[in-house]
Amino acid sequence: MGPRLKLFLPLLLFALLAITLFRGLGLDPGAMPSALLDRPLPAFSLPGLGRTDLLSEADVVGQAALLNVWATWCVSCRVEHPYLKQLAEQGVPIFGINYKDDDGAAQRWLDELGNPYRFNIADREGTLGLDLGVYGAPETYLLDTNGVVRYRHAGVVDEKVWQTILEPLYRELHKGSNAP
Amino acid sequence: MTLLRLLFIAGLVLVAGRALALIETYEFSTPELEARYQQLSEELRCPKCQNQNIADSNAPIAQDLRRLLHQQLELGASDEEILNYMVARYGEFVRYRPRFGGATVALWLAPVLLLLAGIAVLLLTLRSRSKTAVSGTATLSAQEQARLRSLLEKAEQDS
Repeated sequence: MGPRLKLFLPLLLFALLAITLFRGLGLDPGAMPSALLDRPLPAFSLPGLGRTDLLSEADVVGQAALLNVWATWCVSCRVEHPYLKQLAEQGVPIFGINYKDDDGAAQRWLDELGNPYRFNIADREGTLGLDLGVYGAPETYLLDTNGVVRYRHAGVVDEKVWQTILEPLYRELHKGSNAP
Repeated sequence: MTLLRLLFIAGLVLVAGRALALIETYEFSTPELEARYQQLSEELRCPKCQNQNIADSNAPIAQDLRRLLHQQLELGASDEEILNYMVARYGEFVRYRPRFGGATVALWLAPVLLLLAGIAVLLLTLRSRSKTAVSGTATLSAQEQARLRSLLEKAEQDS
């Protein structure tokens, strides 16, 4: 390297650093890939909300579906709720995990605000949440037809999240299940 | 006066109780288990708050993980088993000292590589500097020495 070119070295390093840091600004520091990604849903045996029978992973597996972790104490879940109802009306199967919640309060919530869920798993102690790696509500898992976790979204599912991330994946999985 | 003092002490006790209430306490069957609990809860990272370990964090998930840690220690699980259990659920992210391999290779190697790069730059700089120093003491040609002498003489005459 000539002595003239060497003078540009600090500028070059600065530009590199600036580009790296600028990229970092656009990243979400809270985003954390699920440890369950591309692994099957953990086994569980928990009561259903408002039901007397026990539910297990076999009840959820069979179609591309969303698994939504929610609770009445979770403020963002209330924000998310109307959009989940919209998705359910479009025919997207949604299963609920009522996470560390009171059954009575959860049932009242569904009665008052509407019920987008096929059924709800009552995870009162948060044991299923722990096996899933849930660290807060709401969280939404996208399952494929074999019950393998294909995506985890931590936070509110709204129109933007659905259209940009979840829907393309869901359509692909859904199409795959219809193929012979 | 004594009444005031009593009230003050009562107030302090109340406040202290509230401060303590934030941190749950666990009973351990052996002091060794308690030491391992302390060490592991400082090494495990809270998935929700990200910049705190589960010992420091008050997030509900950190409380759950502390309870789980206590349970597993009392059940006789080894450190390795507990860490594997946590990593299987929350990913390598949950450890403040992630294991070497996969995505964490860059994390482990970057400091060493940067140190080596720094040493290389230092050595190169020192070498080029000593090179210029040598060329600086190069002897003058006869012509240059004559010119130097005449300049010095001229300066002497001027002063």
